Amino acid sequence: MSSWWSWEHAIGALPTLLDGFKITLLATVLGTLIALVLGLIVAIIRRSAPSIVSAPVTGVVEFVRMTPLVVQLVFANLVLSPYVDSTLAIGIWVLGIHYTTYMAEVYRAGIDAVPTGQWEAATALSLPRSRTWRAVIVPQAIRNTLPALGNYAISMFKETPFFFVIYIPEMVRNAQTYGGDTFRYTEAITLAGLIFLAASYPTSLLIRRLEKKLA
Amino acid sequence: MDGVIGFFADLGPNFQLLLDRSPQIIEGVRVTVLATVLGALLALLIAFVFGIAQLSKAAVVRWVARIFVEFFRGTSLVVQLFWLFFVLPQLPYPLGFRLDPLLVAVLALGLNYGAYAAEVVRGSINSVPKGQYEALSALSISPARGMVRVIIPQAWALMIPSLSNLWIQLLKGSAIVGSITLYDLFFQVEQVRDRTGTWFAYLFALLAYFLIAWVIVVIMNALEVRAKHSIGRGPALREAWRSLFRPPGGKTAEGGLA
Repeated sequence: MSSWWSWEHAIGALPTLLDGFKITLLATVLGTLIALVLGLIVAIIRRSAPSIVSAPVTGVVEFVRMTPLVVQLVFANLVLSPYVDSTLAIGIWVLGIHYTTYMAEVYRAGIDAVPTGQWEAATALSLPRSRTWRAVIVPQAIRNTLPALGNYAISMFKETPFFFVIYIPEMVRNAQTYGGDTFRYTEAITLAGLIFLAASYPTSLLIRRLEKKLA
Repeated sequence: MDGVIGFFADLGPNFQLLLDRSPQIIEGVRVTVLATVLGALLALLIAFVFGIAQLSKAAVVRWVARIFVEFFRGTSLVVQLFWLFFVLPQLPYPLGFRLDPLLVAVLALGLNYGAYAAEVVRGSINSVPKGQYEALSALSISPARGMVRVIIPQAWALMIPSLSNLWIQLLKGSAIVGSITLYDLFFQVEQVRDRTGTWFAYLFALLAYFLIAWVIVVIMNALEVRAKHSIGRGPALREAWRSLFRPPGGKTAEGGLA
């Protein structure tokens, strides 16, 4: 009778899991960067562009946010794969753009929280509009929003396994492949979950401390 | 024909094809809605049990609830889904059993998003002003009765926007259940892709999910209006029906997740 947990399989699955984890981390970091930058741009457009621009942007943002990442991944992969060599690059961009819609909301709330007096002071000092954004509004807005942005970064980390639908060899897909090859799913999938927990829990504690510090 | 040009050229025949396949598509919608609704109900139950348990006076109860919540938030949804589907049947007697794919989906969605929602419940109960608790003891209302009649109704109004966002996340997360042989909306749409072309099939799928998400938004907005009205902080549903079609974003700035 086989025991339910085999250390042999746990150790055997570890190299492929860690290979996958590298991709998971890479996707999280690059996806977060994309979402941080695009999110800020979208938030500024929605706030200051004329409605002929901001209305369609708002519509697209709502649509992307309210439809599944999985469907977007498969769709983008099928449409773009003739033109883009790297499936991973497609996955990272889709993940980044999906979370752009969340981060744009966070920035928007942060921008709204900057007191009106700051805008008035910038006008009184006749700062140009671009400098008002760059030197006055954005620095204050970002400080307020750091914890929420961090939470979304963790949440992206935990959604990278959705990449399995476009066959990117991230950690959970590798765990499943290992299970399929050896008919032993227990160790690989359990370990994948524990690695996620080990990485995301300390990060979320860190963000909670940051939240208390900034509050 | 494929690509954007094919999308417009074949629009008529593609709609015809979709119409011919409507029994399968409708079955897919049924599965998606079923998983989303049952998953959300389980998540709500878990959220209240573990959200309130984290505020318990007994340290043991608090810690058990805390570990449960951190565990199911920290291990990704996909891992939980695969664990219940692939690993659970491989465990030895009496633990190892194969669950129906729908049950696996509902359990994974409910446990994962329930853990997130437990944080929302905890946070909302915590943000009910302390004066309300003092008023309860001044009126010598028992803690249990005060919780049910005074604290939770106020917290409920506060938590609905975040729960609304989580429910939409749950709907979106449900699109992966095809990988555990549960044939949902997305799975059924993929079956017609070869014949309709990529653009038509996926735009249809996205639009269908978007519509379901909007139904969720309207339901939750209605619940919010009602909850606020019942604690005397807003108009009745009859007068405020316009606000039902407000988009969900922006109402929660805390980022709710992670």
